[in-house]
Amino acid sequence: MTMVVETARLTQKDFASSDDVRWCPGCGDYGILSSVLKVLPELEIPKENFVWVSGIGCSSRFPYYIDTYGFHSIHGRAPAVALGIKAANPKLSVWLVTGDGDGLSIGGNHLMHCFRRNLDVKVLLFNNRIYGLTKGQYSPTSELGKQTGSSPFGSADRPVDPIRFALGCGATFVARSYDTAGAHLVDVLRRAARHRGTAFVEILQNCHVFNDAAFEQITNKTTASANQLRLEPGKPLIYGAGNDKGLALDPATLGISKVDTTVSNGSTKNLLVHDESSPILAQCLASLSFPEYPVPLGVLYANSLPTYEDQLHHLDTQAKETARGGLQALLKSGQVWQVPAA
Amino acid sequence: MQNESEVPSNKPEIIVNGAVIRFAGDSGDGVQLTGQRFSSAVALAGNDVATLPDFPSEIRAPAGTLYGVSGYQLQFASKDVYTPGDSLDVLVALNAAALQTNLSDLKPGGLLVVDSGALGAAQLKKAGYATNPLEDGSLSGYQVAAIDISTLTRKAVTPVGLSTKEAGRCKNFWTLGLIFSIYDRSLDTTLSFIAQQFKKKPQFAEGNSIALKAGYAFGAASELFHQRYRIAAAPRNPGLYRNIDGNTALSYGLIAGSVCAGRHLVLGAYPITPASAILQELSKHRHLGVTAIQAEDEIAAACLALGAAYAGAVGICCTSGPGMALKTEAIGLAVATELPMVIVDVQRAGPSTGLPTKPEQSDLYLAVHGRNGEAPVCVLAPATPAECFTVAYDAVRIAIRHMTPVIILSDAYLAHGAEPWLVPDVDQLAKFEQIALPPIEQFTPMLRNDVTLARPWASPGTPGYEHRIGGLEKDYVTGQISVDPLNHERMVQTRAEKIARIADDMPECRIEVGASQGKLLVIGWGSTYGSIREAVEQLHAKGVSVGHLHLRGLCPFPRGLEAIMSAFGRVLVAELNSGQLAQLLRAKFCLDIKSFTKIQGKPIRTDELMDRILKESEDYS
Repeated sequence: MTMVVETARLTQKDFASSDDVRWCPGCGDYGILSSVLKVLPELEIPKENFVWVSGIGCSSRFPYYIDTYGFHSIHGRAPAVALGIKAANPKLSVWLVTGDGDGLSIGGNHLMHCFRRNLDVKVLLFNNRIYGLTKGQYSPTSELGKQTGSSPFGSADRPVDPIRFALGCGATFVARSYDTAGAHLVDVLRRAARHRGTAFVEILQNCHVFNDAAFEQITNKTTASANQLRLEPGKPLIYGAGNDKGLALDPATLGISKVDTTVSNGSTKNLLVHDESSPILAQCLASLSFPEYPVPLGVLYANSLPTYEDQLHHLDTQAKETARGGLQALLKSGQVWQVPAA
Repeated sequence: MQNESEVPSNKPEIIVNGAVIRFAGDSGDGVQLTGQRFSSAVALAGNDVATLPDFPSEIRAPAGTLYGVSGYQLQFASKDVYTPGDSLDVLVALNAAALQTNLSDLKPGGLLVVDSGALGAAQLKKAGYATNPLEDGSLSGYQVAAIDISTLTRKAVTPVGLSTKEAGRCKNFWTLGLIFSIYDRSLDTTLSFIAQQFKKKPQFAEGNSIALKAGYAFGAASELFHQRYRIAAAPRNPGLYRNIDGNTALSYGLIAGSVCAGRHLVLGAYPITPASAILQELSKHRHLGVTAIQAEDEIAAACLALGAAYAGAVGICCTSGPGMALKTEAIGLAVATELPMVIVDVQRAGPSTGLPTKPEQSDLYLAVHGRNGEAPVCVLAPATPAECFTVAYDAVRIAIRHMTPVIILSDAYLAHGAEPWLVPDVDQLAKFEQIALPPIEQFTPMLRNDVTLARPWASPGTPGYEHRIGGLEKDYVTGQISVDPLNHERMVQTRAEKIARIADDMPECRIEVGASQGKLLVIGWGSTYGSIREAVEQLHAKGVSVGHLHLRGLCPFPRGLEAIMSAFGRVLVAELNSGQLAQLLRAKFCLDIKSFTKIQGKPIRTDELMDRILKESEDYS
């Protein structure tokens, strides 16, 4: 069945499936799909080695729109399905698409274990802070007091933060972007694709039908610079119009404080410098509360650790070294006796 | 008698056909190990043997309590045996609670071996005895051998340097030695087992070996036992044999299936009694292409098995009732995506947590119907521990050939029960027929095989066959999402027809034993095989018009079932639930089917079934 595939020549067109895209017109998912389609041909991975796995929800329709292998599974379970796929064939490039409900409510347990195992898969979590496909109920990332169809008097649940969840569970790559971020999203996806291990990307996504403008202050061009902290490795943490603000370590609270860089004539000497390998910095950045502080975008944390597949391979190698024969040997192991022919 | 430790005995030897023995004691007394070693030794000596381990779900219940009693019963004979026996020829009671809870099963005049060293005032009180049964005459109907096993064991092993507590733990091997001497068995295989088992703890190896020999010597010399019994080897087909329990046989069958299919086996499992032993067994054999993953929960276990199946491996999960309940949605997805997957349900008594270590056949409805929507799957059930191998192998074969999930219904009794097994020749196993993918230009994910209706198994990594699949309804032709009403009806009917056609791939129904037509047909499935077979065999030999049919296929039913049922005046289904198979058969065949049920967490006894068979055949005539 081997066929020479000219992976270098693959284009976006090769990855676009013939299925009609059935998201609502104007949905943030379109922007994410187009960014993904830009990245896939660059990765030099044969088309047949991609598998897109999803659970249930608007975001989980994603695999139908990419012309690779795809598995639209059941609610919340995509990480478990992906685990089986990778255990059967570790060479595959497996991408998960999930949402705030699918990934953090019904499937939170599986996502947690995916992170701690460091399974070599890419996890794209579309966070729109609402249940869309079931027509507007509050999700685990909805703000406290959110009024929805299932919470007419406001919800009583405090929200979970996807990034802090991922860091807390030991994810080795944690990043954030948003649906209409264009080049930024493409860049984050590219980084995620190149990471060995679980790469988690939270993508802020607008559901204009049931939760419109949930991230408006962050994504709107006029307020973006004041509210986005664009992370770049080795660069100081600055933001705001003309980079007039920066973030510094507050030794008194082991927290982060805002600095007005205009006072120091734009000097960034005392500001924190982004270090993707620091789990403590990542936690600090993830804990910044909006709107008092900006929302960090980009790669918050990246660390190289053996993947789950590496561990399985190691166990296989060990087992083969100490192997005691094949199937027939197994069947006749233990205490046996021979009954002679009469 | 090849071992120098075995004192030659001049006691008279009596030839008997077989015996039923039960070892009973505290759950920390090593009773299960004693029973396993005894069954292994008699099997090695050529007897047929059937076993019934019966233990509490507490790991080590408080010492001396009634609920903490663990038992291991076995029947061994010079002919084929199918059950562990109804009543006991020998009861070995290692404490007062074991005596209290097990004595009623001992035959009148049967041999009672009791550890008098474990019948102190406190222990008797805890077991509910007002007076010492050794002294109050309540045991006068039995042949009583009251031996201070605790003290004798301690004295025997003291020279090895074990502490009093450690020495006490050699009591089970002392007892085993004693019973070996009564039944005239060699100690060789047990001594080599001890050497192997306690390789890293030489003191324990020595202590247990000494205890075993001391118990043997005591039995040979003691006046308590006037004779020894000889049970000749059972006639057998020639070949290589070993003793095997159901969970091990099932694991081997799954491995054999995947090896013969030339595919990796990926197991997803979450520990649960009584299925954990399958997870542990499969974890040992990575070199045979087995990847066993302990998942975060039952749902993940099923989903990862399904993911593995999608990616071209043999996807397996093993669980018990509560886990089955959690897996239902994933099994439904396997039905919708038509992927091969084997789900093993080692049934235990329910509902909910129920009786975790006790057998029941109460997940039949769950296996056949327990999913949302119409989601038919193939359901198979092994009848004996050794048959778990062939059924597991067949389950893998059917899953792949028919592109369907297959559920295997085992139970706690099959899981832990053991019997001699003719080791199969790998080259003689049924060959796998795997259908090649259609040419790329003809491919759709739902392009069905004309014979089986199976769809092509195109796995990721195969160029040119990229496709999307999922739980949404698919177009019959293209496999793409479809909400067309008539298409849905056609797909539901096609999935049902696909399962129905599996009957073509199963052996036809046949009578196991007894009449092939006449008054009464007794139908069973799963672990009740032995009791039904013995009951029918005995009564048929006495002239009762009765036959036994045992179903391995529960969905679909095998061919020929209706014809056999119609050859009898009456049909009785015997099962360990409230009549689930009886109900399925009534629904399918519109027959007035009678039901014999037992829901006590215990196997059916041969005698109770015989009573019912007699009643049914008398009523009928």
